[in-house]
Amino acid sequence: MSNFVQFLVDGLTLGSVYALVALGYSMVYGILKLLNFAHGDVYMIGAYIGYGMLTALGGATKPVISIWLVMVLMFLVAMVGCAGLGVAIERFAYRPLRNAPRIAPLISALGVSFFLEYSAQLLFGASHRQYNAFAFGGGALFFKGITWGPLHISLLRIVIICSAVLLMIALTLLVNRTQMGKAMRATSYDREAAAMMGIDVDRIIVVTFIIGSALAGAAGVMFALRADASPLMGFNAGLKGFTAAVIGGIGSIPGAMLGGILLGLFEAFTQGYLSGQWSDLFVFAILIVMMIVRPTGLLGKADIKKV
Amino acid sequence: MSTEPGIGRDEWVARSEERRQRRGGFFGPGSELFMRLPWWVRWGMFVALVALIPAISSSGYVRRVAFDTLLYMLLALGLNVVVGWGGLLDLGYVAFYGFGAYLYAWLSSDQFHLHLPTLLTVLLVVAATAFLGFLVGLPSRRLSGDYLAIVTLFFLQAFLTIMINGESIFGVNFTNGANGIAGVDPFSLFGHKLVVAHAGIFNVWYLYVALAFFVVVLVALRFVNDSRTGRAWRALREDPLAAELMSMPVNRLKLMAFMFGAATAGLTGTLFASLNGGVFPASFALPYLITIYAMVILGGAGSQAGVVLGAVLVNVLLEVLRSPQHSRWVFYAAVLAALIAFVRPWKWLAVVLGGTFLFGIAVRVSLHALHPAWTGGSTQGSDSVSRLIGHWVAIPTSLGSGKAIAYVALIAMILALTTLKGATRMIAMIPTIYMGAFVWENVLAPKPEVTRFILLGALLVGVMTTRPQGILGQSRVEIV
Repeated sequence: MSNFVQFLVDGLTLGSVYALVALGYSMVYGILKLLNFAHGDVYMIGAYIGYGMLTALGGATKPVISIWLVMVLMFLVAMVGCAGLGVAIERFAYRPLRNAPRIAPLISALGVSFFLEYSAQLLFGASHRQYNAFAFGGGALFFKGITWGPLHISLLRIVIICSAVLLMIALTLLVNRTQMGKAMRATSYDREAAAMMGIDVDRIIVVTFIIGSALAGAAGVMFALRADASPLMGFNAGLKGFTAAVIGGIGSIPGAMLGGILLGLFEAFTQGYLSGQWSDLFVFAILIVMMIVRPTGLLGKADIKKV
Repeated sequence: MSTEPGIGRDEWVARSEERRQRRGGFFGPGSELFMRLPWWVRWGMFVALVALIPAISSSGYVRRVAFDTLLYMLLALGLNVVVGWGGLLDLGYVAFYGFGAYLYAWLSSDQFHLHLPTLLTVLLVVAATAFLGFLVGLPSRRLSGDYLAIVTLFFLQAFLTIMINGESIFGVNFTNGANGIAGVDPFSLFGHKLVVAHAGIFNVWYLYVALAFFVVVLVALRFVNDSRTGRAWRALREDPLAAELMSMPVNRLKLMAFMFGAATAGLTGTLFASLNGGVFPASFALPYLITIYAMVILGGAGSQAGVVLGAVLVNVLLEVLRSPQHSRWVFYAAVLAALIAFVRPWKWLAVVLGGTFLFGIAVRVSLHALHPAWTGGSTQGSDSVSRLIGHWVAIPTSLGSGKAIAYVALIAMILALTTLKGATRMIAMIPTIYMGAFVWENVLAPKPEVTRFILLGALLVGVMTTRPQGILGQSRVEIV
């Protein structure tokens, strides 16, 4: 039983990371109908920006300011940095190809992804970078938390899950309650019609990239807090994030959240009860089954092609 | 160009002027004569040239590079079927290559104590890889290009997972895990065993076997492309919906393109496994996929001559980039060639070149005056050229986190350059080129392995955004 709850918490932590990555995929896909392969690598860069911030502020053991403030700064700087990166990618790699054949921006995205992966390897080396989160605040974040019999939920996990939930609530409010969100929904529904109604579609696309990339940056820091940062971490996260988006229904925002959480739980339980090394294969199987049985995903709407 | 096809214009109409306008200039008549030859004569000349490589150079290294280039040519021809003709994005392509290599290894090594005849093995591998391509294409046949891309990419990941963890599947050791399978038999054709190397020198017969495979694949795929299926593929690539309305079996065509690509990759895999005497999971990872894509995209997807040219260019480039001294030549030559090709009129070229030279000297002298350690380092290599460059480019004794700053600044400068126009662009080019040289000498050149792949990624983006048809491909017309 305690194992079960432990896996559940693990799954929720992992799932909130996947959900944030999936949101970026899903939003960009909804608006541009483009699969942004570089999204996973934006997430990786976010993890490294967080690492750079942590190091600049004195590292895990001797931070110059309160560790809580350090964490807030890590998140903020990673989100801002990734948002800038996302805007640059959109402006220079995708916008020139807006009206090109479908395959062109995909190949360009592949190039960006590869460029970022190996740039990170050039600048930070191939080795993994540890945040040493267990030493945060003299171990307070890692060892304190909710203890209940043999069960222990560290404060760090609670922080990760709560910040992911906060970000998702903020996003939902933004999309459902603001003028900008309305314009985003309209653009995703029908780009040409939205442009005719006076919506500046290019601006909406840039905003989408800003939001998606900022979420990915936050997810990168979250992931690195519980594991580490490495140049190739984005590849795997990109695949998982996409799978989560497909499970939830690509283009749907609540779908991406649901899909991410479900995928995280699924992975935690398969790793816990079945086998760690094969868990990627189980996820792949889920993706295939999902595509055959319900290609629109759990919450997606059927995309009827108009001619 | 005045003959660039516009939106809504038929390609044939758009290009009629270009056809009428005969090529002039120095190379004009020669290239016109060359293009008038039948295709098999042109390819025959190319094949003869490759066959003569052993006569030109006796170095085992050159022959080995020629063999590797042939492998890449084969892979590029196969990928061209899927991407160039079918218009499908297959990101699991190297997994088929790997599957072919592993299957060959299983059928001719001590892993399962099987040693089948080579020709039979090759045929079996080709058939099995084609079938695997069919299976992978199956779940995504109804789905659009993006879904196909991600399913195939995930398939590659799954393939690698299985191969790396395959030392015990239901208690059977399939792959020896990350160590791979060693002791794979070399080819044995018509009673002759093709030993991989004679006294450490690469056996030139492998080059001829690869060349024979290349000719067979090239001709077969060319005939396929000229057939009904080939025309249907092109229709499918341009507009799947219209193709379906013309009662073309879209799903079957997609699967066929997939199978042809996979079979070619599998065939190439047998060559790889036999020559290396083993197979290892790391040989089929993502970098190889990107390499093959860069070849196809640079040369021009859809054109066989294009992708072969792309394979030659990219593989030779990657080989040269291995050594920092040679790669320096590539870097400065590429910068110079790009300037000559794109900076017009020539007065601006002189301004940019002279300005860069003077700017470099000024920067280096002032940095030296400010702090001697900023110019205290030395370039890679010790020949006279590298010392000369060391007097122009500032080489700090140690750069530390300045590396990241300089690298990111260079990228920002290049991106900014693409948005500028006219005289500002020319002036902005001067510091950008110097920054490029600075980053090259300090950050990129010391790490050739990583630099190669960074350049490939940048190449993909650059080609796609500036010239999506590649060097020899035909530009596609978006019909609205």
